[in-house]
Amino acid sequence: MCGIVGLFLKNAELQSQLGMHLESMLISMSDRGPDSAGIAIYGSTDAEKLKLTVQSGSTENELSQLQRTLESRFSHAVDFNLIETHAVLQVDKATAESVEEMLRLEFPEVRVMSRGDSVEIYKEVGPPAEVARRFGIAQMSGSHGIGHTRMATESAVTTRGAHPFSTGPDQCLVHNGSLSNHNNLRRELIHQGINFETENDTEVAAAYLSYHIDGGLALGDALEGALNDLDGFYTFVFGTRTGFGVLRDPIACKPAVLAETKDYVAFGSEYRALASLPEIEHARVWEPEPATVYFWEH
Amino acid sequence: MAFFDLQQKSLRELNAELHRQATLLRDGDSADTEWEIANPRGCHAVAVGLDGPLAVNIQGSVGYYCGGMNQSAEIRVAGSVGPGVGENMMSGSIRVTGDASQYAGATGRGGQLVIEGNASSRCGISMKGIDIIVRGDVGHMSAFMAQSGNLVVLGDAGDALGDSIYEAKLFVRGTVKSLGADCVKKEMREEHIAHLRGLLEAANISDVRAEDFRRYGSARNLYHFDVDNADNY
Repeated sequence: MCGIVGLFLKNAELQSQLGMHLESMLISMSDRGPDSAGIAIYGSTDAEKLKLTVQSGSTENELSQLQRTLESRFSHAVDFNLIETHAVLQVDKATAESVEEMLRLEFPEVRVMSRGDSVEIYKEVGPPAEVARRFGIAQMSGSHGIGHTRMATESAVTTRGAHPFSTGPDQCLVHNGSLSNHNNLRRELIHQGINFETENDTEVAAAYLSYHIDGGLALGDALEGALNDLDGFYTFVFGTRTGFGVLRDPIACKPAVLAETKDYVAFGSEYRALASLPEIEHARVWEPEPATVYFWEH
Repeated sequence: MAFFDLQQKSLRELNAELHRQATLLRDGDSADTEWEIANPRGCHAVAVGLDGPLAVNIQGSVGYYCGGMNQSAEIRVAGSVGPGVGENMMSGSIRVTGDASQYAGATGRGGQLVIEGNASSRCGISMKGIDIIVRGDVGHMSAFMAQSGNLVVLGDAGDALGDSIYEAKLFVRGTVKSLGADCVKKEMREEHIAHLRGLLEAANISDVRAEDFRRYGSARNLYHFDVDNADNY
């Protein structure tokens, strides 16, 4: 199983309510994915800053050490905001390269969850309601966001095995389903120099997309390629800085429901996830077609 | 008319109450036979396993398996239904005013399922006697391994209609994107038109003509294993 939710706001006046809606959608999908949960939220941007969400398995100690190091070495160039097991770093773009190098060399256990102008990714093991409460999702605002509740079927229940996965700057992917050729594909991508951190099939799909986007393909073309190269079951929901989209495999047995009103486009693995959205009774509600890329953009 | 609000009481209480009323009827006692269900909000397994002539009106969209295993009850959903509506229905009827998700009427053995909107993939998969009438379109692999009963589609059918079909009868008014293995277009003779007219009438559909449908069914080449057909299995 697994549950996916997504909300893309067309009406900017609703941005302060994004987290609140996303949280209730996420919690409604708890019985599809009680193991772990996560969200990617596209919030404020600052043209001068790069935003990094980092996570550490050893919680405060490592992250507070990171905070002290950043303050002593980069002082005003980095804002550090600790949120539970995660921290959001806003880094002056001029110093971003040195900060990222320092993270890589001196804090190899600190995982960069997301990187970009806008996206923040938070994910943890535990029931969705608890994960949402820990990170304070209800208080978050933004233009669009994606959430995932995980029922692990093929790899361990760990923070890093939870979704969303980052696929590139300001990009993320969540998945309901299971890929059957991920081991082969992982080996091929390792040959191309890609590093993997889990045995998770979705990480392979994310890496596949990153690899092709880095190689110059547009997101839409990378997704078309995924239809040929990924074997198995999937409903993917993906986010970019300006939009969000959906892709189902050609058999399309993993559920997906979309709803659109003048104010938003919403995704849910089930209608239950959409039932408390405003004006849902007047929304256009439909199932996305198999093997078809859907994308909405600001 | 009895009333049940799924925001006030649990799904388990609803289904237990409906089962209790059906038991009363079977025992010849007086029972509440007409029910209005409010606030389903996409809830799963609403009104499953009913075994008696109750009339159940559901106000809003429901989730998985609504009306599954229905026997004798008349269920009406004012909204859309999730996957597996009327799964393994035995008799009675289910009418959905909106759309149906995948495998509507799967393995249904009898009764009537009417979808006034569209049904998505695998509608009528492995149907065994149920009549399914869809006003809109049906998705890919509909009537997959359908054994008996009727699937009537007023709109279009998706890919691989009737793949590996046995003796179910398929009638489509619009286009068929492609036919599955061993499913062929068949002649629409007088008796088929009369049969279809009866199905439409039973579903209270009077704005289309039976003559405008095409009939599809089994070519009966895959019934028994034949090594020359190995690629088709």
